[in-house]
Order: sequence, then C-alpha cells, then structure tokens
Amino acid sequence: MTSLTRNADHAASEAHNREFLVFSLGEEEYAIDILKVQEIRGYENVTRIANAPAFIKGVTNLRGIIVPIVDLRIKFHLDTVEYGGQTVVIVVNVGERVVGIVVDGVSDVMTLTPEQIKPAPEFGVTLSSDFLSGLGSLEDRMLVLVDIDKLLTSEEMALVDSVGE
Amino acid sequence: MDITDFYDTFFEEAEELLADMERHLLEIDLEAPDAEQLNAIFRAAHSIKGGAGTFGFDVLQKTTHLFENLLDHTRRGELTLRRDIVDTFLETKDMLHDQLDAYRNEEVPDQEAFARICQTLQQLALEEIGQELEAASGTPAAPTPAAPAAPEPEKPAASDSEPAESASGEQTLIVALLNVGEKDRGLLVEELDQLGTVQAQHGDEARYEVTLQTATDRDDIEAVMCFIVEPEQLEIQAAAPAPAAQAAATPPPATAAVTPASPADDAPPAAKTAEAATAAPKKDENKPEGGKPKAKKAKAGGESSSIRVSVDKVDQIINLVGELIITQSMLDQTVSELDGVTHGGLLNGMSLLQRNARDLQEAVMSVRMVPMDYVFSRYPRLVRDLAGKLDKDVELVTEGESTELDKSLTERIIDPLTHLVRNSLDHGIEDPDTREAAGKPRTGRLTLSAQHQGGNILIEVIDDGAGLDRDRLLAKARDSGLAVSDTMSDDEVWQLIFAPGFSTAKEVSDVSGRGVGMDVVKRNIQGMGGHVEIMSRKGQGTTTRIVLPLTLAILDGMSIRVGSEVFILPLSTVLESLQPSREDLYAMAGDDVVLKVRDEYLPVVAVHSALDVADAKTELDETIAVIVQGEGRRYALLVDDLIGQQQVVVKNLETNYRKVPGVSAATILGDGSVALILDIADLHRLNRAKKEARRPQHAATDHSTLFRKEGEPS
Repeated sequence: MTSLTRNADHAASEAHNREFLVFSLGEEEYAIDILKVQEIRGYENVTRIANAPAFIKGVTNLRGIIVPIVDLRIKFHLDTVEYGGQTVVIVVNVGERVVGIVVDGVSDVMTLTPEQIKPAPEFGVTLSSDFLSGLGSLEDRMLVLVDIDKLLTSEEMALVDSVGE
Repeated sequence: MDITDFYDTFFEEAEELLADMERHLLEIDLEAPDAEQLNAIFRAAHSIKGGAGTFGFDVLQKTTHLFENLLDHTRRGELTLRRDIVDTFLETKDMLHDQLDAYRNEEVPDQEAFARICQTLQQLALEEIGQELEAASGTPAAPTPAAPAAPEPEKPAASDSEPAESASGEQTLIVALLNVGEKDRGLLVEELDQLGTVQAQHGDEARYEVTLQTATDRDDIEAVMCFIVEPEQLEIQAAAPAPAAQAAATPPPATAAVTPASPADDAPPAAKTAEAATAAPKKDENKPEGGKPKAKKAKAGGESSSIRVSVDKVDQIINLVGELIITQSMLDQTVSELDGVTHGGLLNGMSLLQRNARDLQEAVMSVRMVPMDYVFSRYPRLVRDLAGKLDKDVELVTEGESTELDKSLTERIIDPLTHLVRNSLDHGIEDPDTREAAGKPRTGRLTLSAQHQGGNILIEVIDDGAGLDRDRLLAKARDSGLAVSDTMSDDEVWQLIFAPGFSTAKEVSDVSGRGVGMDVVKRNIQGMGGHVEIMSRKGQGTTTRIVLPLTLAILDGMSIRVGSEVFILPLSTVLESLQPSREDLYAMAGDDVVLKVRDEYLPVVAVHSALDVADAKTELDETIAVIVQGEGRRYALLVDDLIGQQQVVVKNLETNYRKVPGVSAATILGDGSVALILDIADLHRLNRAKKEARRPQHAATDHSTLFRKEGEPS
C-alpha cells in the first residue's frame, strides 16, 4: 500500500483533498468533481433529437433553459440501459454550457485525499484515459474519477459544434 | 455633482445633434435655403460647442467654434451656400463626429485632422466672405489679429475675454434665475459656487440674482445650469462693470434679456468689448423662433418622455416574460382538467391571467422594436456622397420608415443594405448621359422601402437603372467555372450574383465590384432567418428584396404531431395543408414521391423519414400534407396531425448544445416539454442528403423504403 501511494504522488500533487459526487453506472462506480455539479433531478420529459448519436437522449427544459441530456451508460456501452424512477440526471456545468448526464443512481459525496487518487492506467477504446482524472481508491471500493470537462467537450461526444455536421 | 457623470449624456446628445445637423444639411435647398433650417444647423453646432466647453473638450470646442461662426454668417445671408460648401460642412460634421468618438474613447483627437479642418474653414471664410474667422484661443490656424473694422459679431480672438474680466481672467457675472423654486435655487447656487465665488445673492422666486466671480465662460455656466433648469429660466449678464471701456456699449442687462432678437447681430458693434457683452442676448435669439434647442430640452430632465435602457436589460425582461408565459400555459393545462362548475372562479382568473400575460408579452416585445427610419436615415448621406463620386444624379426615396423591426435585426441589416445600395448606385443606375440616351430621366431614382407582410418585414432596394444583364451574368459564370446553362430561369440566373467571388463590374472601383459582398450579404441575411430575392428587367431596373422575420425572440408557429413527437413549423413558411388522396401521389425515380396540388407537382418530404420518428403513420393517405415554402422552394411535408397555431418563445439550441440539421431552434410547450422548431429549407436538404446516403443500399426500391426507418444517420 505504501509503495502504491508513492507512485500516485505525482498525479495528485496539484490537488489537496477534493470532494466527489459518486454515481453508479450498472455495477460500476464513477465520480465527478462536486464543483461541476449544478443539481440532480429525475429523468423526464426528454425530447429526442433526430440524427444525433444514440447516447444523446435529447434535450429537456430546465427552468427555461434547453439542456442536452447525455446517457453515459450508452456512451460507455453498458449492457442494461433502463429508465425508471431511480434513473437520475446530474446537471453539470462545463465551461459556459449546461449538460445533463443520465446515470443509474447517485450514492454519496466522498472526500478523497491526494493519496487516495491513483493515476488511471491506459484503458481500451471505450473510455480513453484522457477523460479520467484518476482512480479513487477507497478501502474495498474503486471509483473511476471522470474528467467531465474533457469528456463532454471532446469531439466524440458531438455536443459542441466544432464537430461539424 | 461630478461632471464626468454627464459625459455619456453629452456624447449621446451631441451625436443626436450631429445627426440632426447632417439631416438638415442634406435637406437644405441651395436655391432658397430655409432660414429655420440654417438656424437649426447653427443651433446644433452651438449646443455642441457649449457642452464641449463645459467638459473641457478643447479640440471639439474650437472646431465647433469656427464652424459656428461660419454657420452664423450663413444664416445671416453673408455666405451663400453652394454644393461644395455644403460638402465642406458635411466634412466638418464628420470631423466633429470623429473628435467626439475620440473623446468618448478617452483618446486625444487627431491633431492633424483638427488643424486641417480649421484651415479649411478659415479658407472658406476668406474666400467667401473675405475675412478670417475669429479663432478660439489656441487654435492652430493663423491667429487672428484684431480686425476692428470687420463686421464680426462673434467674440474677438481672445474669445473668452469678458467685459468684467480681471487680470486673473476672472469676471463678475450676474446670473438671474427666473421662476425657479427654492429647492432648485439652492442647488443652482451651490453649483455656481463650484464654478466660482458667489459674492452676493438676493431676490425672490420670480427673479433671483446671484453675483458670481468666476473664470468660467458664460456659455459653460449656462450649459451646466441647464441640467437643472430650462434655458429660459436663466439670464446671465456681466455685472455692471467699472472699467470705462464697456461703459458705452454694454446694453442694460434687462433690455438685453427681454429683446432677444436684438439687432446686435446685424449692427456692426463699435467696440469689441461690446460684442462680448451682447453675446448673451444673441444666444437667446434662437429661442423664440424655432422653440428652444432640442438638446437643452432633453437635458432639463423630468420632461423627457424617453429613457435610455441597455438592450441587456430589455432582453432579460423579455426572457422573464417568456418564462411567465410558459408557466401560465402550464397552469392553464392543469386547470383545464378541473370541473368548470366548482372551480369557476379559478377558471375566470386563469383566463384573465392569460390575457394579461399576452398583453404583457406584446408590450415588452414592442420595446425592442425600432422604426426602420433608424436604418434608412443613414442613406441620404451615403447616396449623396457616392452619387457625387460616380458623377451620377440620384434621387433617394424612402418609404415605410415607420415600419418597426427588432432592434437587433436593424443593427444587423445595416451592412447588407449598405452593400445593396452601393451596388445599385455603382452598377444599377447609369450616368446621366446614358440615361438620357435610353429615354429615361437624367436623374436616377433609388427607392428604399419597408413594409410588413404577415410575420415578416420586406425591405426593398429598388433602382431604375440598367437592370441585370442575363447574358453577361451567364458568360461570367462560365468563366468562373460555375455550372450554368442557357435554359436556366431568370431567377436562377439572378441568384448567381450571390456566388462567392462573382462580379460583373467591368472594372473594379472603390465603390464595388470586387466580387466580395453579395455572398456575404446573402449569408448575413440567412443568418437572421431571412432570405434575399432579386427581380430585374433589363433597361428598367433591379429590385432586391430582403425578407426578414420581425423578431427573433418570438415565432408564430403551427404545432404538428408526428408519431408521439410534437414539432413546430414557422407559420410564415406554411402555405396550406390538405389531406392527400392516393391518386394525387406519384412515385418518381424510385423512392421519390411527388404530390399533385392544383396542377402543380410538389416534392414530398415525410417528417418521420427525415427525422427518424419511430411510431408515425406511414400510409401516405392517412397523413396530412402541409405545403411549405422555404428559400423559394416549395414542397409538401407529411405529418400525422395538425395540433394548432400558437406563439412560441424561441430558445436557442446552440447555447448548450449544437446546431441540429433540419431544426432552427427549440421552444417550450405548455406542458413544460421541449419541442423543436423545424427549419423548412434545411429539412429539405437533410431529407435529400439522407436519401442519397441510403441510395446505394436500396438501389431498387418501392414506396415502402421511403418510410423505412434508418438506423444510422447520414
């Protein structure tokens, strides 16, 4: 354990204790920086957008603002994608934009010390390690720390116009 | 009171005054100038001078001073206006505008330009009235030596010298306040105390006299005071002076004030000092004539009937009202399910709320609307200058100036419209000789018109010039490598001029002809949700018509249902809707379908096919065909149901998302859900692109493939 901590030092050196919102996608636990989160709401009333990638569920009305809804479960190719009473939308602020992400559930808010954040190994194609800020180690749990800024503004998310038509 | 607080007010007023000045200069009849107009121009210059002096804008003050002097000669008939003199005046006005801009940006105005314009004005004065103008002190123009014999009513070279001037440049003035209430009087005295030393004050409400020892120019004092009181309520005179010099000439203060049209102007005053003393009545001279100067009225505060508000604030209110409307329709929907008998009061209240909310929305939207005059008023000058440059005679006619348009659109329409006007002048209207040879009046006519048509505004630029030359356009298009044929319709040929890099000008001038522009014009206008049409007849002229929505914030829409989804069609694009019968539908070239409507065959676009709606009706004769028109293209849109017409608040999709093909924006429906607003022209393109993308896979097709749901978008 101690050697691992030392290895992780460089990845976490710029941050002190950080708070993360933990959410689940299927059996996996993910976390995003709590400061990015605007609010959490139920999944309802989403208007489909034609000719958009499957993981873009559509747009919804958030008190007069039109907000796109992204289903991370589809994006991460999870097996079961169901919408029910437990399905939750986390509304995040990315730069000037507001985006909702669909997850299976929100569990808790965790504080991670720099020592608990390990560098993310190279993953496969589904989730590039570019979009991760590390792995959170918490006793027997492992949290995938998602860099939501990078993920949502990336070209493959097709959320911004730079992608072209 | 910090004087810098008033900078903005001054800048805005000065700008308005300059605009007035320009308008009068352009309108003026050189043969028989209207005295009132000359006075108005003079007053504008004078007001700016006063303000500039107060705020210490030296260069501006000195330029307006010279200008004012010249204008003074003009209005007294000593200088006869000619076209080139008006040109010089207009140039001066531009220079004043530049100086104003410089001050506004807290920069130092261009000294060289200042020196040049002073030179020009002096030159003009020398040539036309045989004398130099009295320069304000420090003017770079040649200092004016005392010219006592000259009939110069303005102040002498040391223009600020006042009769009661003391060695230190101070003077004693009596400021009389007429009919000023006690509260304002206190303020005014305080204000005067800041400008100098109040030595004595006495009197009653009808006339209250303050004796002031000050170094400030009386014009400046007046300008400052006018923030609080009307200029009529003010009289400023030099205090009865001790020095013998003025004794002879200074008229008694009271007389000077009550005889505003004092002949002081016309009678060559005997002594310089006397002129300065009569400056006060001279200033008043204008007031009884054309009413008081406009700017001063605005300054007086309290009486002004308009306020300036930033567009951001207005937009915020519009957004809030939009939210209110949405909330109101949500409530409406809930309440409509209640029993009308037991909840009568609530239902009544709801209908009242609905009406009030609509009224409020309309009222708020109207705040953003400005008359087209705002746009058109800048063209008389442009046309005049350009016509002069091109040696053409052009008469500009504007129609429908009062037509209102959203402020944000008026600002964006200026550039494209300017381009069209330049084009008409340069390429359209011929030179006088050519026109005469063609049997047309020598003077060309350029008409700018604006009118409402449904939810749109039509803005037209009409010239009676040579018209577009079909053959030359086609030849030019071939040279540029565009695909054209001789059988193209006129409309298609005219559209060629919007192609990037396309110009038929025989030679490139600095006015137009570089071939950049028309494509930009088209793009700009499309960006505003509008389109451009051209009508032209050779030898008779060209009409360019811009069609724009009145506002971008609200849209009259028709809601339609396809499957379980609701979409909004802009009502302005909907021509009619009908139930197609199977006999009127014809298959064409595989998967294309056309609909016959009154001897016209229209292409058919099924919404569910273009936008992949899952559970839509696919039997052609069960659907409803909405005939729509966008970008000059007409087609039939197949939908499941028409729901109704409603006004919707347009919400940008790109704020948080991106441009969606076939969709122009979104809106929020009464139930709080989002509906997409379809872009008719783009939807057609999208449909085409999708068909092309799937063609290889389904080379041989029948009707059913048209409505096949495609898994992958193109």
